[in-house]
Amino acid sequence: MPMTVVEKVLARATGRSSVKVGDVVEPRVDLAMSHENAALVINQFLEIYKGTNKPPKVWDHDKVAIIFDHRVPAESPKTATNHKKIREFVASHMIHKFHDIRGDMGGICHQVLPENGYVRPGYVVVGTDSHTTSHGALGAFSFGIGATEMASVWALGIVLNVEVPATIRVNVFGRFPEFVGPKDFILHLIGKLGAEGANFKVIEFGGEAIWNMPTSGRLTLCNMSVEAGATSGIVPGDDETIRYLRHDAGVVGDIELVLPDADARYERILNIDVSDLDPQIACPHTVDNVKPIDKINHVKVNQVVIGSCTNGRLDDLESAAKIMKGKKVAKHVRMLVFPASGKIYRQALAKGYIGDFMNAGAVVMNPGCGPCLGVHEGALGDNEVALSTTNRNFKGRMGNPTGEVYLCSPAVAAASAITGVITDPRS
Amino acid sequence: MSTVVIKLDDDISTDVIYPGRYMATVLPTETPQFAFADMTEFNAKLKGKQVPPDSVIVAGKNFGCGSSREQAVSTLKGYELTIVARSFARIFLQNSVNLGLRLIEVSDIEASEGDDLEIVGKELVNKTTGRRFKIVPLPQSRQAIIDAGGLVAYTRKRVAESSAV
Ligand code: SF4
Repeated sequence: MPMTVVEKVLARATGRSSVKVGDVVEPRVDLAMSHENAALVINQFLEIYKGTNKPPKVWDHDKVAIIFDHRVPAESPKTATNHKKIREFVASHMIHKFHDIRGDMGGICHQVLPENGYVRPGYVVVGTDSHTTSHGALGAFSFGIGATEMASVWALGIVLNVEVPATIRVNVFGRFPEFVGPKDFILHLIGKLGAEGANFKVIEFGGEAIWNMPTSGRLTLCNMSVEAGATSGIVPGDDETIRYLRHDAGVVGDIELVLPDADARYERILNIDVSDLDPQIACPHTVDNVKPIDKINHVKVNQVVIGSCTNGRLDDLESAAKIMKGKKVAKHVRMLVFPASGKIYRQALAKGYIGDFMNAGAVVMNPGCGPCLGVHEGALGDNEVALSTTNRNFKGRMGNPTGEVYLCSPAVAAASAITGVITDPRS
Repeated sequence: MSTVVIKLDDDISTDVIYPGRYMATVLPTETPQFAFADMTEFNAKLKGKQVPPDSVIVAGKNFGCGSSREQAVSTLKGYELTIVARSFARIFLQNSVNLGLRLIEVSDIEASEGDDLEIVGKELVNKTTGRRFKIVPLPQSRQAIIDAGGLVAYTRKRVAESSAV
């Protein structure tokens, strides 16, 4: 029976010759990721073992990854104590895929996993974070779950009751125009599908524009697939996947690609040409409230944010730095830049991008989630407006329910930081 | 059965249900105080015990979209609320099943604050307006977890049954 990538991954992970949409399966897990919310996972994990007369033990300590990113370094004694409890658990369970608050190995979970080669094509990856969809960029079936579900995964090594999702195939053609890229495309797609257009479904990306896209851009697409409600985004592995894993992530040993069958059945197929795509903006307060930039009328911004698991990679910083170089951030604007990982930070430093941002007047922050979820740093004042390369603009997202968040690409963010209003980088 | 305490729009995100800045609070016993923390009036009503258990929140499409934070479920479970919505986001739905928060999906629900709702067979009846709505059943596969009383109990059973130590 012909299968999509996700169907193939789930068939392999359940030892079946095939699965079809709607089947309920219990796939084995190849990688189980948590961040600070491991504090709750640990609590639920210990609960599970109560009264069983068995010692609580994670099913496979090689397959558990924990990354501190949401509040690093800790902003409060409470967070610091959560960090401390997690460190103790990690040590006693010998979890070595652990990324503490350290300049040489830290970063946002959705960057740390790929750049360390933890994710491979064909893997089943779960994470206690909705943007775990990101890792589909490497051909894995990767999706977000809650903390109690993760506790269950730690105990059993499988995810319970997964319904094989239907797949929406998105073929992307053409070449991106100058100053337009993956972020503009995914915003455009979310606007088209709507915030729940892919709820309980997978978005499988293909077509020449995807094959020509580096893994960093594919991570942006899969990262934001959840904003259309998707269980996951996925790009079937190809030469670029192998290049990334070998060259950037230092993977040695076999890499096996899992590809969709040519006659796989899709719920829907979309064909989109990006040759004439304009820069896109998601307006407050939903991610599907997307408009091309020329429909945005003189929006003054107080804070510009570049970074996050969506757009904090080296090519994102490069596209922004090129625009910022030799320019100044507008007087009334605060510009915050936070690279997605320590590794990217150092690469950006070596390439001079960090210097370009600082010379322009930006504040460069440590890798981590920072202003993205508004709990730690970079909160908005009452009724302030932010323009951000992050992935969510929900009410209260940047720490203030009266604030407004617009989402955009790094190029738009950089051009707008200079003028102080939302600005088309092509002008 | 129960009265609608508040009516909400489409796309109510977990950032609204449980703002990110309270995410360091994780224990289900401690999360209820921050339910809808930025909707100060409603939060005060909940905390002031002016909302009886089994009260209903009525919402539009895509309730619980966004972050996977489980606090958004435990915070509502703490008040034993029932959520009736036109649809639910996937992770929120799964988390609710796992923690035993009652969700009822009704794709064309119409109800206002103060209305009394009752389940009659496979329908939800708005007793105030007299209108009846079809309930969309939860995916079958979730039933075992619901029957076990939540995921902790269900997995505990599986762990106890497994021969591996
Ligand atoms: S950067 Fe933002 S979206 Fe990404 S993992 Fe952190 S909080 Fe979540």
